[in-house]
Amino acid sequence: MLVSYRWLQKYVDLKETTPAQLAEALTRGGIEVDVIENRDGGVEKVIVGEVVGMEPHPDADKLRVCSVDVGTDELLQIVCGAANVAPGQKVPVAIHGAKLPGGIKIKKSKLRGVPSQGMICSAKELGLPEKLLPKEQQEGILVLPDEAGIGTDVKEILGLNDHVLELDLTPNRSDCLSMTGVAYEVAALLDREVSLPQSKEAATKGEKPLELVLDAEDDCPFYAAQVVEGLQVAPSPQWMQNILLASGIRPINNIVDITNYVMLEMGQPLHAFDYDQVTDGEIVVRRAHPGEQVVTLDGVTRACDAETLLITDGTQPIGIAGVMGGANSEVKETTTTLLLESAYFAPPSIRKAARKLGLRSEASSRFEKGVDPERIIPALNRAVELLGEYALGKPASNVKTQSLGGSNEVTVTLRHERLIGVLGVQIPEEAVQDIFRRLRFPMEKGDGVYHVQVPSRRPDISIEVDLIEEVARLYGYHRIPTTLPWGQQSPGVLTEEQRIRRIIRRTLQEVGLFEVLNYSLTSPARLSEVEFPLATGYRPIRLTMPMSDERKVLRTCLIPQLIETAEYNVHRREAGAQLFELGKIYLSDEKKLTQLPEERWELAGLITGETLAKHWDQEAQSPDFFSVKGILEHLFLRLGVKDVSMRSARYKGWHPGRTAEILLDGTPIGLLGQLHPQVEEAHDLGETYAFQVAVAPIITKVEGVIPTARPLPRYPAVTRDLALVVDQEVPVAQLEATIREIGADLVESVTLFDMFTGAQIGEGKKNIAYALNYRAEERTLTDDEVNLRHDEIVAQLSTRFDAKLRQ
Amino acid sequence: MRERLEALRKEAEVAIQAADDLEQLRDLRVQYLGKKGELTAVLRGMKDVSAEDRPVIGGLANEIRSQIENLLAEKETAEREAALEKRLAAEAIDVTLAARPQPLGGMHPITAVVEQIEDIFTGMGFVVAEGPEVETDRYNFEALNLPQDHPARDMQDSFYITPEILLRTHTSPVQVRTMEEKEGQVPVKIICPGKVYRRDDDDATHSHQFYQVEGLVVDRGIAMSELHGILAAFAEKMFGMALETRLRPSYFPFTEPSVEMDISCIKCSGKGCRMCKQTGWIEILGAGMVHPRVLEGAGYDSERYTGFAFGMGPDRIALLKYGIDDIRHLYTNDLKFLRQFQSV
Ligand SMILES: [Zn+2]
Repeated sequence: MLVSYRWLQKYVDLKETTPAQLAEALTRGGIEVDVIENRDGGVEKVIVGEVVGMEPHPDADKLRVCSVDVGTDELLQIVCGAANVAPGQKVPVAIHGAKLPGGIKIKKSKLRGVPSQGMICSAKELGLPEKLLPKEQQEGILVLPDEAGIGTDVKEILGLNDHVLELDLTPNRSDCLSMTGVAYEVAALLDREVSLPQSKEAATKGEKPLELVLDAEDDCPFYAAQVVEGLQVAPSPQWMQNILLASGIRPINNIVDITNYVMLEMGQPLHAFDYDQVTDGEIVVRRAHPGEQVVTLDGVTRACDAETLLITDGTQPIGIAGVMGGANSEVKETTTTLLLESAYFAPPSIRKAARKLGLRSEASSRFEKGVDPERIIPALNRAVELLGEYALGKPASNVKTQSLGGSNEVTVTLRHERLIGVLGVQIPEEAVQDIFRRLRFPMEKGDGVYHVQVPSRRPDISIEVDLIEEVARLYGYHRIPTTLPWGQQSPGVLTEEQRIRRIIRRTLQEVGLFEVLNYSLTSPARLSEVEFPLATGYRPIRLTMPMSDERKVLRTCLIPQLIETAEYNVHRREAGAQLFELGKIYLSDEKKLTQLPEERWELAGLITGETLAKHWDQEAQSPDFFSVKGILEHLFLRLGVKDVSMRSARYKGWHPGRTAEILLDGTPIGLLGQLHPQVEEAHDLGETYAFQVAVAPIITKVEGVIPTARPLPRYPAVTRDLALVVDQEVPVAQLEATIREIGADLVESVTLFDMFTGAQIGEGKKNIAYALNYRAEERTLTDDEVNLRHDEIVAQLSTRFDAKLRQ
Repeated sequence: MRERLEALRKEAEVAIQAADDLEQLRDLRVQYLGKKGELTAVLRGMKDVSAEDRPVIGGLANEIRSQIENLLAEKETAEREAALEKRLAAEAIDVTLAARPQPLGGMHPITAVVEQIEDIFTGMGFVVAEGPEVETDRYNFEALNLPQDHPARDMQDSFYITPEILLRTHTSPVQVRTMEEKEGQVPVKIICPGKVYRRDDDDATHSHQFYQVEGLVVDRGIAMSELHGILAAFAEKMFGMALETRLRPSYFPFTEPSVEMDISCIKCSGKGCRMCKQTGWIEILGAGMVHPRVLEGAGYDSERYTGFAFGMGPDRIALLKYGIDDIRHLYTNDLKFLRQFQSV
């Protein structure tokens, strides 16, 4: 809502209140002022002149040399290039020393050899809003009304000595969608007088037929109309055009402008139908028949459904109620008689129609929020009065009304004690009474209670707490003190899950990974690039109305976006990327959701390119499978998660020989591996490793686990090396499992310290060397004991894996 | 005999002085003092010395032995020190050379801010609660006093999956879920951080996905002054400076009275600058007293209990706190950006 300060001044006393102070008061009162615009844009010394003579320029076809009377002793000679300049016109003249918006200064000059003592200005040059200007003002110089006095400051004529406040209204304050409403609000905030225009129903002898039928009670419970004849369509007066421009509305002609003006003034949208196009003067308000079509006045054919509310003349639709009139009943240059509508359309009906048809107008946005039923007839009277004054209109019927449903006067009771309890500040009763006086809410004081009659202009107030808010607003939120709650205190804590998620983040950060946050919405194509077995079988959940193909479904895997992030960074000259994300994936096996999907916290990482740059004494480092596996093991160690194992796995998008399934207690919880070279290539990435693991099983495993101390070893350890030759296919994890199984209570640790292949070992074989640490808890081990166990291990390795001891 | 001893003394003195490393000194020790050394050899001739001269010669021999011992020891110490000096000199490095880098990643600035918020509120006795991002219309809207036709639903156009299920537009549904779980028990004192989604085109100040931290306190006798107290304390801790706060009336369907809280501009301390649009104030959160309909809907008697709720945007706080000029930076994950927050 745009509010002209000058206009508002007519309705409420703004003495000694500057636009900035007004804005501050409104903002503090809950009506946020976004912008204060100074309408004059820096215009200075631009005055009204009359073109009294015009000669062609001797050296330029398109230039004219004009003699302009600006009220000084001598006429000014001004060279002008506009095609529409003509003798007899009143025009804005920027005289020597004038300033125009954008800091432009006007001086005497010569144009093609002819002296020019100023400039005749266009509307645009004066800073008027270009897109709101009528066509005839968009080109050439601005022609002012004949009444404009020669020598007058043009800012007076165009209403540029004004400020416009842009209100950012919350949805509950639709009452401030009119100057009347704003005037009441300002009057309450500043404790000032209001003076609003009062129009009476115009007397008429006219007998034009007018019949109203309301066939959709819920959507339109109240409708008023009047016929006005003898109209002459013409431009509206300059002051009205100025106000419309200041309010962001394009002036069109006196009839349309008057309906818009009254809407701005009183908040009641009006619609004018060409009466001669309304069959028998009958208005029937009804819902559309399925498939019914209306051509709206923008020339578009609109398909309606059974929820669309129509204004018809009994035979055919002549408009979509509250949204847009029909082309068939549009007011034209030739219109002399019109039917003026002022009605209450139910907000849900208008909201649905406006949304469905993609039509949002000043009118529909007011109906959507509910207009003040008490202003429907006054607005009609006001418009008829203005039509008489500025369009020669005479009423040709009485005001006809049709009303279903009774009045909705509301009385709300406020308890003083409750008020104090909710606000936490002692407001005296007299102060509360004074606030209701300022609000102009009639109030009856009881014992510790206030019975408040809420005017119909404030539909947002219907229960006690609404009044508490009103009192607080006017008392001043800034006067609410700061206190801290007392009473039962509880310890504040993170959940165990949150605490563990924090450890995960910190640990990964400390081994060099950067946390990233990607969007939950992504594209199905991106998700299908890399398979994630734990989400296989789930179809990504789709939005019904996505904003783009890129953000269409909820992710079922975090890795694809990490790939995208890595690619983005590598394209920006990063030598590598080490990333992780701790976020959710969204899984449902339903085709169409009937219940909420599973939201699974997952941890994913991606490492590509250089992990450390070449240094003066160190070569550049890049990741391999084992460095990334190391990061995960480091994390598991930090979390105290044991019983994690890996086994080789093959999935789409992953390197078939370098990918592992991660198992916790034998159950798969994720994947780790190199991306498939084709995927790497498609994203301009070098060797790239990624992982993703489910967080919940990890948390279940470590939640609440407290480490218990063991006694330090009291007896010495014995170390034995074990060098074996086995088939290359044998996973070392299985060898180690056997060593631990047989070694049982005696083998304290198993360290793989060497592994190699080569001709000396034999084709398809590998050499594996372990250091085994033997120790018993309660005694010193003898050589014999150790040898016995060691031999048993060797024997088992030999039977199970055909391992040969290498001497 | 005496002459031989004196000659030996001279010779040894010269030899020890001339030695220039520890090995030579070791050799000299053997040469003079060893079992087969020269001094021993001389002393073997003692049997030829007359009985009365023996003590004198013996004394002299011992004196020379200990003298050579001392000379050797001194020289050895000097040599050892010199060798150490030499080694240390050789080991000298340019300490200004660049260090071998240790790996260090970083936390995302939003996570950092969320954790700071969590820490401040848990310090004031709040519990951190969480809820689903894919929500029912009932929890996201209806239970928050936003029925189907409510005009405020326009304010947050949403991503629907079915007519009943959508991506939550705020973390407020967690309020209702928590109250329902607590079945009328007090106190309720929670904050709920999480992702939320709205149909906004991504630009410098909007993102279709962002974070929110919702807070809720319900108890007997909770007043708006407590809302102000808690949130003012939060703001001061969050921005780490003494700042002023002011409440302005606002509107949220699920609170009444509703407020927006401004803090004095952290850049210009309220004098007016570009960041605060010359107003000296910066809006940081929305809040209000829990609407009686929300309390009743979640099973709390609104006559017995009151409460307040608040919601803030960690994204916006991150922008303010770290001077980030475009919200899209937070979701682009440019390493050149993320590296700036390694210390948060
Ligand atoms: Zn500032």
